[in-house]
Amino acid sequence: MHDITVVDLSRLQFAATALYHFLFVPLTLGMSFMLAAMETVYVVTGKSIYKQMAQFWGKLFMINFALGVATGLTMEFQFGTNWSFYSSFVGDIFGAPLAIEGLMAFFMESTFVGLMVFGWERLSKGQHLAVTWLVALGSNLSALWILVANSFMQDPQGAAFNPTTMRMELHSFQQLIFNPDAQSKFVHTSIAGYVTAAIFVAGISAWYMLKKRHVDLAKRSFRMAALFGVLATIGVITLGDALGFVAAHAQPTKLAAMEALWKTEPGPMPFNLIAFPDQSLQQNKGAVRVPYLLSLLVTHSLDGSMAGFDTLQKKAAQRVENGIPAVQALETLSKDPHDAAALAQFKTHEKDLGYGFLVQRYAPELDKVTPQQVQEAAKDSIPPVAAVFWSFRAMVGFGLLMLAFFVMAVLYTLRNKVQDKRWFLIAAAWMIPIPFLANEAGWLVAELGRQPWTVFGVLPTWMSASTHSVGYMAFSLIGFVLLYTVFIAIEMYLMVRSIRQGPQEPGGGGRSEPGPRPQPRPANAAAVSGRYQEG
Amino acid sequence: MALYAILQVIWWLLLGVLLTGLAVMVGMDMGVGAILRYVGRNDLERRVALNIIGPHWDGNQVWFILGGGAVFAAFPLIYATAFSGFYVVMLLLLWSMIVRPLGFEYRSKLAGEGWRNVWDWSLFVSGAIPMIVFGAAIGNLFHGVPFHFEWNITSVYTGSFLALLNPFAVMCGLLSLALSVMMGALTVMNGAEGEMRERASTLVRIGAIAAIVLFAVGGFWVHGMAGYHMDANPGAGVPQTPLEQSVTVASGAWFTNFGAYPALWLVPALGFVGMLGALFAAQSGRSHLGWWLGALAWLGVIGTAGAALFPFLLPSSSNPDMSLTLWNASSSRLTLAWMLGFALVFVPLVVWYTSWAFWVMRGKVDPRRIEHDEHAY
Ligand code: HDD
Ligand code: HEM
Ligand code: HEM
Repeated sequence: MHDITVVDLSRLQFAATALYHFLFVPLTLGMSFMLAAMETVYVVTGKSIYKQMAQFWGKLFMINFALGVATGLTMEFQFGTNWSFYSSFVGDIFGAPLAIEGLMAFFMESTFVGLMVFGWERLSKGQHLAVTWLVALGSNLSALWILVANSFMQDPQGAAFNPTTMRMELHSFQQLIFNPDAQSKFVHTSIAGYVTAAIFVAGISAWYMLKKRHVDLAKRSFRMAALFGVLATIGVITLGDALGFVAAHAQPTKLAAMEALWKTEPGPMPFNLIAFPDQSLQQNKGAVRVPYLLSLLVTHSLDGSMAGFDTLQKKAAQRVENGIPAVQALETLSKDPHDAAALAQFKTHEKDLGYGFLVQRYAPELDKVTPQQVQEAAKDSIPPVAAVFWSFRAMVGFGLLMLAFFVMAVLYTLRNKVQDKRWFLIAAAWMIPIPFLANEAGWLVAELGRQPWTVFGVLPTWMSASTHSVGYMAFSLIGFVLLYTVFIAIEMYLMVRSIRQGPQEPGGGGRSEPGPRPQPRPANAAAVSGRYQEG
Repeated sequence: MALYAILQVIWWLLLGVLLTGLAVMVGMDMGVGAILRYVGRNDLERRVALNIIGPHWDGNQVWFILGGGAVFAAFPLIYATAFSGFYVVMLLLLWSMIVRPLGFEYRSKLAGEGWRNVWDWSLFVSGAIPMIVFGAAIGNLFHGVPFHFEWNITSVYTGSFLALLNPFAVMCGLLSLALSVMMGALTVMNGAEGEMRERASTLVRIGAIAAIVLFAVGGFWVHGMAGYHMDANPGAGVPQTPLEQSVTVASGAWFTNFGAYPALWLVPALGFVGMLGALFAAQSGRSHLGWWLGALAWLGVIGTAGAALFPFLLPSSSNPDMSLTLWNASSSRLTLAWMLGFALVFVPLVVWYTSWAFWVMRGKVDPRRIEHDEHAY
């Protein structure tokens, strides 16, 4: 039986390491495309400033990339180390996209990123350009496959429970990868990465313009970022709406949490612009509401309606009742795999198996379940409303803010006025943290909104964790916090330093004709290279 | 059901291929990390060593990630049971490994001597520790590890962290370290000139001789060890849980397969041939040939472990009947089939473009270039 403290510590550790990984990933996703675009302009027009741009932003890209790789390693192994029941229960399905991600995407990205950095002199212009594009393609493919995996957790399609092997098994690979959640999620997330990179480039370029350094490079970078960014922000918002639509069908509890909707109301429904949800009273302590808007947003009609938590909790209680016999049948089957009666009982109640597991947290012995315990389990099926609600508001708010920013950025840069608008340049530099916060908030919506499930409606979080001791979990959590804190300090330092140093000025930029060297030579270097010259 | 059994065996072989790929490609980079302070006597020499593997370490590391992913996809119960059971060891592995990308990427970004020394030692740790853990993990399979399953296949590990560091496992860890030092030194020989190359050649000698001795000792050790023997199982290609078989523990049982199929002795022989061959090739200056023979040595070593253990994947010492085997730990037929499809398309593709990348970057690393190159490590 699971110790709930261990489960909570495992959740904390997973959340912390995943949120941390996702500080670096969006920049990689977007920046790889911007590098490819810059280099394409260089190859097409032959203007060396664009090569300089690709190399300078490429250097920042690599500083970020190193930490993306390092923290990604943690993620890949954490399912096994900390979520071992989860891994054995759905590994038959979930493992596949993870392995394909390695095979198809990480190999491509990581092999070519080496050539992208080290290959400027060894490859022809066209070859190097192709390599850069392959890095971009690889990083975006990796997002695709990990999100296919994640979408299975949000909306488990293409799988069914097999009582012979006591686990979920794949039934249709096509359904797994063409999961509608995966499609909109992939587009939304990768475009969110482009927004992130656009703000990053625009913000740093604005800082150079403010300092009147590298102005030509900064202006060109800014213009590219602004155009890229305005399109990407529009895309993110459109797809965000689509994601909400998908969530409405697959996870009504998540949608109700995003809208803090405790009671089902007939349409047209008002939208909670601001609300103060109280989980224990199951109501909002005050709200600012906009009439009609919720119906419009969620059902794309004026009088549509959606379920609130009162309805959802009643349904959950029924499903818990129905799930109990399913779990009991499985216990019998585990002793005698050929018990026909138990198999029949399982088949009748199969679709509510997960809800049977949900109540086992309160009633390990299922033949002694009380109505109270059923109610407790049903109440559990409501995710943490306030956190989801506010994360969602934060993401959307940041999105609208960035849209406004990019619209202005495009107007100024196309009229070639941006370098004169001091206040706007300062604002641009301050925008840099915004997309990162929006990304983190988005994942909090997605993952907190899925609670109490790891696989929605199938496997509760409390069962998924490994059976470790609290001591082990404390040890690992402290270890990660220490390591990751040191990592981010080093990364930020190097990033800021490289930005301050700025790009190598043209004329000195090429590899064959060394320009002003940013780093002093190590003391004994001359002797060594001298030796090689003789030999 | 025959098709399912065939898929299971193919995936067992593919797992061997992946582990060998991991050992060869990641092992050589880790070897370079582990010997960095010895082949490179000053900063520039160390930078030469790092730039030899600079363009490739990240791509190579994906063999490691894919190793994890493929075990997850093809043998989910192994992924779940082993990784959670080996928790503390896995964390050591992980924590030492995640320092590596930073070591490569950040070390030469600042000039201070203290800064670079710290990263040199980080690269040493993140080279040596993972290779020891990798070998020790395989070593522990021979003793079995203490775990069992509850009725719903929740895996419960009952051993301590220290039990995983038993003498046999440590010996296997050292074998793996010796092989990766050998491969790392061969890689340095391929890309460096002058005194560095000579120092590397000495390290090849040390690594190869240590590996030969440890591999031989290991063989005798296993001979006297209690092994696992499958008495009854629902059968290959029959969907099952780990609660349905019976297993006995008997001295010398790990040699059963070799007794039944004497041709299997060729596999460990291949290991010895590879190690000796790498040794002699390196001494006569043909380090590229030596590298390929070193890869062959890895294939022989990993193949030997696989041949001895078959069909066991993760024996349980506390409940031998619940040992994980090829037949009760694999994914479903459909998953194995789809994954095989992907492997058939993408593994050759990966090998092809990886070879291209090595070909593009072939030749010696020029120390004078490194100094002028902003992007070099
Ligand atoms: C730059 C970042 C960014 C911005 C501006 C937005 N999003 Fe977002 N959003 C993400 C970055 C993100 C994300 C981090 O990428 C998430 C987390 C999971 C996912 O698929 O994407 C996400 C998730 C996410 C989800 C939850 C998906 C799920 O539960 O699986 C919804 C409903 C939305 N978004 C909707 C929106 C809307 C309506 C936006 C309108 C402005 C919006 N997002 C802007
Ligand atoms: C990188 C972006 C991601 C972030 C920032 C993120 C964030 C989170 C957070 C905040 C939680 C904690 C929820 C809670 O326990 O209350 C969580 C849980 C979890 N997420 Fe994600 N997640 C990410 C991507 C993924 C992906 C792609 C997968 C699967 C492939 C995944 C699998 C899980 C699992 C297994 C848990 C633990 C069980 C749980 O608590 O629900 N996550 N994640
Ligand atoms: C929680 C599940 C996740 C796992 C297991 C995981 C695993 C990994 C691993 C192992 C790496 C290193 C690859 C290398 O060595 O090149 C990595 C990097 C990367 N991951 Fe994740 N990841 C997760 C979440 C995500 C999400 C949600 C996305 C995108 C939406 C993503 C996108 C990327 C990208 C683009 C990289 C490239 C390097 C970088 O981040 O800078 N990952 N991830």
